Amino acid sequence: MSAPETRTAAQLADALAAGETTSVALTQAHLDRIAAVDGDVHAFLHVDAEAALAQAAESDARRSAGAPASRLDGVPVAVKDVLTTVGMPTTCGSKILEGWLPPYDATVVTRLKQAGLPILGKTNMDEFAMGSSTEHSAYGPTRNPWDLDRIPGGSGGGSAAAVAAFEAPLALGTDTGGSIRQPGAVTGTVGVKPTYGGVSRYGLVAMANSLDQVGPVTRTVLDSALLHELIGGHDPRDSTSVDQPLPALVAAAEQGALGDLTGLRVGVIKELQGEGYQAGVQARFTEAVELLVKAGAEVVEVSCPSFVHALATYYLVMPCEASSNLAKFDAMRYGMRVLPDGVDNPSAEEVMRATRDAGFGDEVKRRIILGTYALSSGYYDAYYGQAQKVRTLISRDFAAAFEQADVLVSPTAPTTAFKLGEKLDDPLAMYLNDLATIPANLAGVPGISLPSGLADEDGLPAGFQVLAPALADDRLYRVGAALEAALHEQWGGPLLAKAPTLEGGTR
Amino acid sequence: MSTSTREAMLPWDDVLAAYDPALGLEVHVELNTASKMFCGCPTEFGAEPNTQVCPTCLGLPGAMPAVNGKAVESAIRIGLALNCEIAEWCRFARKNYFYPDMPKNFQTSQYDEPIAFEGYMDVDVDGETFRVEIERAHMEEDTGKSLHVGGATGRIHGAEYSLVDYNRAGIPLIEIVTKPIRGAGEKAPEIAKAYVAQLRELIVALGVSDARMDQGSIRADVNLSLAPKDSGALGTRTETKNVNSLRSVERAVRYEMQRHGAILSGGGSILQETRHWHEDTGITTSGREKSDAEDYRYFPEPDLVPVAPSREWVEELRGTLPENPTQKRARLQAAWGFSDLEMRDTVGAGALGLVEETIDAGATPAAARKWWLSELARRANEAGTELAGLGVSPLDVARVQALVDAGSINDKLARQVFDGLIAGEGTPDEVVEKRGLAIVSDEGALSTAVDNAIAANPDVADKIRDGKVAAAGALIGAVMKEMRGQADAGRVRELILEKLT
Repeated sequence: MSAPETRTAAQLADALAAGETTSVALTQAHLDRIAAVDGDVHAFLHVDAEAALAQAAESDARRSAGAPASRLDGVPVAVKDVLTTVGMPTTCGSKILEGWLPPYDATVVTRLKQAGLPILGKTNMDEFAMGSSTEHSAYGPTRNPWDLDRIPGGSGGGSAAAVAAFEAPLALGTDTGGSIRQPGAVTGTVGVKPTYGGVSRYGLVAMANSLDQVGPVTRTVLDSALLHELIGGHDPRDSTSVDQPLPALVAAAEQGALGDLTGLRVGVIKELQGEGYQAGVQARFTEAVELLVKAGAEVVEVSCPSFVHALATYYLVMPCEASSNLAKFDAMRYGMRVLPDGVDNPSAEEVMRATRDAGFGDEVKRRIILGTYALSSGYYDAYYGQAQKVRTLISRDFAAAFEQADVLVSPTAPTTAFKLGEKLDDPLAMYLNDLATIPANLAGVPGISLPSGLADEDGLPAGFQVLAPALADDRLYRVGAALEAALHEQWGGPLLAKAPTLEGGTR
Repeated sequence: MSTSTREAMLPWDDVLAAYDPALGLEVHVELNTASKMFCGCPTEFGAEPNTQVCPTCLGLPGAMPAVNGKAVESAIRIGLALNCEIAEWCRFARKNYFYPDMPKNFQTSQYDEPIAFEGYMDVDVDGETFRVEIERAHMEEDTGKSLHVGGATGRIHGAEYSLVDYNRAGIPLIEIVTKPIRGAGEKAPEIAKAYVAQLRELIVALGVSDARMDQGSIRADVNLSLAPKDSGALGTRTETKNVNSLRSVERAVRYEMQRHGAILSGGGSILQETRHWHEDTGITTSGREKSDAEDYRYFPEPDLVPVAPSREWVEELRGTLPENPTQKRARLQAAWGFSDLEMRDTVGAGALGLVEETIDAGATPAAARKWWLSELARRANEAGTELAGLGVSPLDVARVQALVDAGSINDKLARQVFDGLIAGEGTPDEVVEKRGLAIVSDEGALSTAVDNAIAANPDVADKIRDGKVAAAGALIGAVMKEMRGQADAGRVRELILEKLT
């Protein structure tokens, strides 16, 4: 039997169900792995071994009593630090929330707890989920397990790296413009952004409320489906959550894994490939499309002309919402409080100003300034108003494309993982990482990223993105699982088997 | 701050001679829903600070709002009662500004898509009807409440520290905004007062709010500007906040008209600003400057879905509206036999509902009006509260009058019963019992008192014996004094005459 931490969540669940292991044993194995490698990877901002083991012991007790709470009962999970957790700090990667202990659990965290998954800890992220490299974390960057000098993507680099480094079999991420999918692509893991409203956002510290979604971060398509089914579904606390049952996601993944996509129409998005896409990324993408054809799919090229405006649109809508969301961090009720230097009896406003100056990093300030400007009287129509119109055009492009195809595909990110520091001083270059992932957020449609192979130039993972119409998340799992099965057959196993062994690792 | 002094005022007649006022009223109504606008927290007034809060109304990171359906229903009913159109589709919007009593540093409100718009209310002033046009009524959440400790003024400037109570944060509010009211001339103060009074009456009839101005459940902001007479222009306005009684609405309009008048006639110009109303001194002082500095960066609230009330629902709610207040007033006036002046005073005192309930509880219209508008209005005024906040209910008043009618007490004793009711000593009957106020009907005791009075006033007794019955008054007074007022004066008179004639 292989080391428990290298097995998929589905395998661990089966082993637990068969009585071959215990939740305490495999939670401990993951904690040991974190202790061994996280000094290098820095995927976690907070690890709570005691609580995780206590939850594991309760899980084992339920199993012994023959009453597991869910199929994944006892399988440990990591949670992005943007989701509120009782008993663990929630910092959002920001100094301004250092040490903040929320009095309530996010709905998705409640669902994890109710389903019996021990929570290992909170994962690193770009401050308030703003970034594509996790370098904007106030607590230092996460490193890519494939090459510790490279970024793990962002903002959810911590969750992706934790899963890629076998520190956790499952993790939760959040995706506003690609923060689940792009890290998945550059770490050789699987990440899903569900349909907007498909998973509750209650307890997700919002960056851009109309774009944010919580989703699974895993090593296989089936594991994502298992986690997605567990966290998804209507929540009365989130008015934007969809009040209808989720489609059968696990069943779709299991069916897809059989490898037959006969009759499926796949649309290749013309605007999301070619120029600007690294040759190795493009090559793996093209090969993956051929595998879909081999599985019986019919491929058409579709055009989504408004997608060229997606990035500009995103960088208006997102900062506008973020500038307002982040106003609450004012030192009055929780979090950091900084008194201004050299001011006697400072006023509340002076304390707010000093705290926000000291507590927010540069990228956060940049977006607050952008959003504040764009919403200002006299500019609103030209910026926010116009962006909403383009957003409608992008949704129409999707609607037209989904007339021609059941799913749309593209490379997830234009490049493989770049070096730490390489784009830190060039925000526009950083923003371009999300070129292919942003349209789905603007339109609210679901998307998955799964590994398509290693780029020839650098031997680093590339990602393949599948997009489906809103509420048809099951299609992602069917297509993703089929492609994954074909690729695993080609590679002789999962892509992560090719990743270098980390110092202190057991593999 | 140099704000506590009365500024230069132009005499009232000079203001009217030279200027036309334009009024605008923004009235905030706190709804009486059981829970807050966007969360399940209770809304009860007067709870310990910060005990009615949750992640949502505290604006904690990650928390989300969910709309209170009952509040939407109340908003629609208010809109319909104000003859407004009801939006088929509307959204909430964020009003962004920083203030410590705003948990999120934005207020969830409505901006260019109010739930109700384009309505009117006919206001009666001195027997004339004046139509006040309603621009909009929209839904929003209240802020927390700041308490500034230390310093002289209780204002944030000069305070040593401030405390914030978030119990009020998230309480549903309906803001009702009039269009500019023009052509009011000398009646501007009365129209402003009558509008707020009638609006409050409507809110009470709808049952959607406690409608207590003294507790802030109805709050009025008064916008006022002056323009040169007959110019047809609109001048620069000031917005006076915290106008929390009907009388103050009238006074604030009058004050601002005279203050504006003095500035304008002196060649100055009005600064567009927020003014604070001071109930005690009856003046306004400068608040924060408004002008162009305030940019609220409104945008649609992305955490909430649009509100789209179906037409069927709106019509169903229309069917629940109470009688139109103007028609109702006419009906009640006829039924009660009040003169125009009596009716106007009743409405002006905010006593219409109280008088109606008192009559419903068995009192005559005259008695109900007498107690509420003289005795109780005086006490409310002294206590700085509203009639409804005095601690005396319409049922109490009806019972007190019933006791008078039964001869158990007289009017003078009734005043003492009200003392007891206000002091919280129980029901009218309990107060009478505890304070020993019941009129003595013990014939023996009365007879003794009469004998004593005759013995003490032989001259008066002789006059009565000589047939000068009018002189009996002096003896009655003596008996009442001995009985500490607790005697039926009519019976005393009978006894005196029996004994002396």
